[in-house]
Amino acid sequence: MRHLLSVLLENEAGALSRVVGLFAQRDFNIETLTVAPTEDETLSRLTLVTIGDDRKIEQITKHLNRLIEVVKVIDLTDNVHIERELMLVKVRAETDSRAEVKRTCDIFRGQIVDVTPNTYTIQLVGPTEKLLAFIEAIGSTKIMEVVRSGVSGISRGTKVLSV
Amino acid sequence: MAEMLSGGEMLIRALHDVGVEYVFGYPGGAALHIYDAIFKQQAVEHVLVRHEQAATHMADGYARSTGEPGVVLVTSGPGATNAITGLATAYMDSIPLVVISGQVPHDVIGTDAFQETDMIGVSRPVVKHSYMIQEAEQLPHVVKEAVYIATSGRRGPVVIDIPKDTTDPNNLFEYHIPDKIELRSYKPAERGHYGQVKRATKALLESKRPVIYAGGGVIQGDAAGELTTLARRLNYPVTNTLMGLGAFPGSDQQFLGMLGMHGTYEANNAMHHADMILAVGARFDDRVTNNPEKFCPDATVIHVDVDPASISKVIAADIPIVGQCKAVLSQILDCLDEEMQTNGVDREAVGAWWNQVNTWRGNHGLDHNLYQQESASGKLLPQQVVQMVYQATKGEAFVTSDVGQHQMFAAQYYKFDEPRKWVNSGGLGTMGFGLPSAMGVQFAHPHATVVCITGEGSFMMNMQELSTCSQYSLPIKIVNLNNQALGMVKQWQDMQYGGRHSHSTYADSLPDFVSLIRSFGHVGIRAESLQELNEAVELAFSDKHAMDLVFIDAIIDPDEHIYPMFVKGGAVNDMVLKKHA
Ligand SMILES: Cc1ncc(C[n+]2csc(CCOP(=O)(O)OP(=O)(O)O)c2C)c(N)n1
Ligand SMILES: [Mg+2]
Repeated sequence: MRHLLSVLLENEAGALSRVVGLFAQRDFNIETLTVAPTEDETLSRLTLVTIGDDRKIEQITKHLNRLIEVVKVIDLTDNVHIERELMLVKVRAETDSRAEVKRTCDIFRGQIVDVTPNTYTIQLVGPTEKLLAFIEAIGSTKIMEVVRSGVSGISRGTKVLSV
Repeated sequence: MAEMLSGGEMLIRALHDVGVEYVFGYPGGAALHIYDAIFKQQAVEHVLVRHEQAATHMADGYARSTGEPGVVLVTSGPGATNAITGLATAYMDSIPLVVISGQVPHDVIGTDAFQETDMIGVSRPVVKHSYMIQEAEQLPHVVKEAVYIATSGRRGPVVIDIPKDTTDPNNLFEYHIPDKIELRSYKPAERGHYGQVKRATKALLESKRPVIYAGGGVIQGDAAGELTTLARRLNYPVTNTLMGLGAFPGSDQQFLGMLGMHGTYEANNAMHHADMILAVGARFDDRVTNNPEKFCPDATVIHVDVDPASISKVIAADIPIVGQCKAVLSQILDCLDEEMQTNGVDREAVGAWWNQVNTWRGNHGLDHNLYQQESASGKLLPQQVVQMVYQATKGEAFVTSDVGQHQMFAAQYYKFDEPRKWVNSGGLGTMGFGLPSAMGVQFAHPHATVVCITGEGSFMMNMQELSTCSQYSLPIKIVNLNNQALGMVKQWQDMQYGGRHSHSTYADSLPDFVSLIRSFGHVGIRAESLQELNEAVELAFSDKHAMDLVFIDAIIDPDEHIYPMFVKGGAVNDMVLKKHA
C-alpha cells in the first residue's frame, strides 16, 4: 500500500540526513520526498511517499518519531486529504505537432511557461496520476525532459499538523 | 558577572556541572585545546587509554554498572573512527554514552583536511543523536542536552563533534549552563496508559501458564526492584535475556535461568508452552525467538517497553504498554492491589504449571556442581572454571565478558542476584569488550571485585589496555577460558559445516599469556587441572592480590561445546542438549 507521510521537523542542519539515513538503514523505501520550511521557519515540513504493509508503515512512523528532531508525524492516507505534485516537462513541439501539444496541455489544464521554435516547457500541477496520464498522453517520443517536485499533501477540513 | 572561559574550558566545566567524574580518552591535534583545558583543572579526571575503541568500552562499562553516562574524548579522523565500534555496541544495548570528538576547524571542513572525517555522517546509524558545534557558546547547553538525551527514554549514545576553532583558548565567553532541558520534539514516555495497565493486570491474573520475560530494559531502567516484587507477589516463573541477567535474582528458585539460543531447557520450554508472557524491557531479539512464526503459539503477549518501535516489531503484542519499565511495573503493582481484592491468582493452575516447569528443570537443567570433580577426559571444563569463580566471589562480583562460548558459559553458570553486575555486549556481540568494560566498572567501583571472563581470541582484541591497567593500578581479575580457538565459530563449523575449521584455530601461534601479563607488571597464573585451577582461583581472589591485576590462563578442553542450543529455524524449545544428540 502507498502511504503519504507528513513530518514536522526541526529546521536544523543534519535533520534531513537523519530522516533519509533512517530509510536507507532500515530498508524502508522512499518513492518521493519533498521538504521546505513552514510559516514558522524553525520548522520544516517534509512529505514523503512510501510503500509498505501496515506493519512496515507502523515501524516507519515509530522510527521517524524516535528521531530527536522529529516533532510530529502523521499518515495523511489515514484520512481525507489533498495531494499535489508539480511537474515541468520539456517537449518537442515542431510545426506539425505544436497545436496538438498545446491542445493536450489545455485538456490537462497545464500551462506553457517557456517557448522556443522547437519546444514547449509545460507546467502541470495535480495528483501524481494526473501527471503520469499527461506523460502518457503526450507520448514518449516527444518528451525531452521531465522534472517532478514529489508529492506534497495536507489534510482536508479543519485538521492541521502543527506543534 | 559570569566567568569568562574558552570553548575548551566551557566543555570541561559543563561536564563537571552535569556530574561527570571520568573522561576516557586519547589526544590528538583537533582535541589539543581541550586537552590543555583538562590539564589546568582537577574536577574531571581524564583516563588515558591505549586505543579509542577501548575508551568507548570503558565508558560503557562505567555506564552499565552505574546508570550514569559514560564520557569519551577522542581526536578527529582515526580517533573518531576508532570510537565507532564502541558507539555501535552501546547503541545496540541502549547504553548512555557521550562521545566527544575533535574535528578540524570550520574553515577547512569539507576540504579533505588532514585527519578530517565526517564523524556526524559516519556515526549517524549508531547514535541516538549527534551534534556538530557551530559556535563555542553552544557548548554548555549541548553538553547538558546530550546527557539528557543519552540518559532518558530509551537510553543511547550521543556524539558531540567539536571543530577546533570553537575551543580556541584565545576566545573567551561568558559561561552559562541551563538548569533544565525542554525539547518540543523529544518527550520520552513515562507512565503507561491506565486502560492498558488494567487490561494487562487482568491478563496476568487470568493466566494458567504464565512466564515473566525480562530484558536489559529492566536493568537500564532501574526497575529490577519492581520486577522482583511483582514476580514474587504472583509467584510466576521468571526468565531473563542475556542482557537482563540480574533483573531477577539468579539464585532464586523462581528463576528459570536465561532463555534463548543458549538458554536453559526449562526457560525455553516454559516460554513455548506459556499461555501468557509478560515481556518487560525486552525486544524479542532473534537470539530469543528463534523462528518467530513458531514462537510461543498459545501465549497472550503483554509487552512493556519505553520504545514504541520495539513493540510489535518482531512479535505482535496483544497488550502493548509504552512507558518506563519502572513506572509501568509500579502501576501494575497498584492495579494488582485493587484487582486482587476480588480476583486472585489461579493457584491450582499455576501450581500444576510449576510442577511441569520443575520436571523440565529436573530432566535437563544445568549441573551447577561440575566443579566438584574432574571431568571424564581429565581436561578442565569451562563450566567448572565459571562455577569456581562464582564460589570464590560468593556470586557478588561484577562480571564482564567478551563474545563467544566463554560468554555463554559465564551467563549460564554465574548467577547474578543484582542488576548491573553482569556487563556484556549482547546486541552487537563485540569481541574485545570484556577487558576495557571491566576497567570502566573498576573505575566506577574502586573497592568492588571485578572479574572479566574472556576467551583468548576476544582478549587479544584489546589487550593493549593491560598497560592502562598498570598506569591506574586497576586490580581486575581476568579469567581466560583458553580453548586455543575461536571456539564459538569452531562449534558452528562442527555443527553446520562438517567440522571444517576454516580459520578458527591458531593454537601454535598463541602467546605465553603468563609471560605476556607479567611483562605489564601484573600477576599471571596458568591452570590446566582442577587442582591448579582451585589454587589459582584461591590465590587470585586472596587478600594478597587484592591490589593486583591477576590473569588466570585456564587451559580448557578445546572440544567442549556450549549447550543447550537452538535448532536453527525451530521453535524456542527446539534445542540440541548435548554433542551428537
Ligand atoms: C569483533 C568481532 N569479530 C568477530 C566476531 C565473530 N565471533 C563471534 S564468537 C568468535 C570467537 C571468539 O573466540 P574467543 O574469544 O576465543 O571465545 P571462545 O568462543 O573460544 O570462548 C568470533 C570470531 C565477533 N563477535 N566480534
Ligand atoms: Mg577461544
